[in-house]
Amino acid sequence: MIPERLVNWIVFAGLLAFPLWAVVADEPFTITLVTRAVILAIAAVGLNIALGIGGLVSLGHAVFFGLGGYAMGILAYHAQTYTSLDLFGMSLSGTKSMPIIWLVAVVVSALAAWIIGLLSLRTSGVYFIMITLAFGQMFYYFAISWGTYGGEDGLSIYVRNGFPGLNTLVPIQFFGLCFALLGIVLFLNARLQSAPFGLALNAARQVPTRVETVGLNPTRLKLVAFVISGAITGLAGALFADLNRFVSPTMFSWQLSGELIVLIIIGGVGRLYGPVIGACLFVALEHWLGAVTEFWHVYLGLILLAIVLFARGGIIGLLTGKEGAYV
Amino acid sequence: MSEALLETRALRKSFGALTATDNVSIDLHPGEIHAIIGPNGAGKSTLIAQICGGLKPDSGSVHLLGRDVTQDSTQARARAGLGRTFQISALAMEDSVLENVVLGALGASGNPWRFWSRALSDTSLTAKAEAALERVGLIEHRHTRCAELSHGQRRQLEVAVALTLSPRAFVMDEPMAGLGAEGSKLLTGFLDQLRAEAPILLVEHDMDAVFALADRISVLVYGKVIATGTVDEIRQSRAVREAYLGEEA
Repeated sequence: MIPERLVNWIVFAGLLAFPLWAVVADEPFTITLVTRAVILAIAAVGLNIALGIGGLVSLGHAVFFGLGGYAMGILAYHAQTYTSLDLFGMSLSGTKSMPIIWLVAVVVSALAAWIIGLLSLRTSGVYFIMITLAFGQMFYYFAISWGTYGGEDGLSIYVRNGFPGLNTLVPIQFFGLCFALLGIVLFLNARLQSAPFGLALNAARQVPTRVETVGLNPTRLKLVAFVISGAITGLAGALFADLNRFVSPTMFSWQLSGELIVLIIIGGVGRLYGPVIGACLFVALEHWLGAVTEFWHVYLGLILLAIVLFARGGIIGLLTGKEGAYV
Repeated sequence: MSEALLETRALRKSFGALTATDNVSIDLHPGEIHAIIGPNGAGKSTLIAQICGGLKPDSGSVHLLGRDVTQDSTQARARAGLGRTFQISALAMEDSVLENVVLGALGASGNPWRFWSRALSDTSLTAKAEAALERVGLIEHRHTRCAELSHGQRRQLEVAVALTLSPRAFVMDEPMAGLGAEGSKLLTGFLDQLRAEAPILLVEHDMDAVFALADRISVLVYGKVIATGTVDEIRQSRAVREAYLGEEA
């Protein structure tokens, strides 16, 4: 069995080394592929805070991914068309600046997570899954019918947004940005997990009655976890939109919410690097198996089945001999 | 007699036609162990739930330290000084023994909103937690995963978590359940000491423990308190014998 810390470092180093090799080998598409994996990993790290530590099986995390995406799309759209964004009687201008877009994505997603969480956390178990799914579908159909921003066709952004001091159109530079953000998000997650908040949240997933009898409110702990979770997934949404230079309602689709859960389960529920490993495997399968057969999801399904039946700790669990968090 | 720390007044709760708690008034004074006994289905768990906040009574009230807490949540009652242990261990099984007790210390601190510092490096939390583990004799197992503890050790851990809250009154739901003779004896000795710190409302099936520990006993049958008295009074009560002890004696 390999210590978990070592597995984590190997994954982290591998994720950095692979695109650097691709630069030398002049394979820009590989860099884009790894960038995609990194962004999905950020989204899943976000979900893992709610799902893995808090035990909240949210089938609506695409809402935050989509909100992040549309935050980027709308701001960049107004900037590229030189039109003003009229909001609450204010006339704002769009922006092509990534830091501002990220901030907006995070704030909007956090706000949405707070409202959705307040309503959803009145329920638990299968009802929680259904109510988050319902919110996801609401946003999906709203985006489809929102003609101002492309409706079903989505929005194309012609030039990738900028970051001070970098040329984000160079694949490796954009990768570097996303990778740095993944590192920051993982670091925050690690701190949060071993902090008093993480300890209490972890207990609230396992024995809410115990948390109540020591005088803490488990629902409030879960709500805060849901907000943090949504904010991180929202940030990933903004990056994803920038990677594709395109936003469409599919970012709100429930399939995406499901995929995020699947890749956490494959990697290891509640484990810090579970979502990262899951995202890498997902993108790798999508690319290589997808080239062989369009039914590659069948193989993904078989892997998922094998893990759920025989390796409850996911790939991290297989490598380290630790079980995953029981949700 | 001194003023009661914990008291129920004319508590009533029914589920449909079944009256689970019928006009129950009991109290708990400083320094005592007040045992609640009764056959299965007598309404002991329902009564505990109303005292601790899991269930709201149909009528009547619960008073903690002289204050009416009937409408308060479980959390509020815990913060006000009610320490509880569960019949079936309610512990975070995936976590270590120390983490479980630190949760109690965190509850006592009242501030779980710290996202950066390490919980297990915070000496204000761990000192309190380790002191509690020391007292119940689990300090050597502090890094053991809770799921790997024996049944008896889990009972001890339950008590340790309650201790971290420095409660003013304990409510213990069958702490001896499933313990062997040896474990039961150890815990009996421990509870005997504990009463000086905070009184204990003890729901228990183990009659040896009850008769050894209790200052007063209340007998609950079909939701009603049919007798309250000292150990001798209860042993000699005819009504109690017929209703309850008769099965065993």
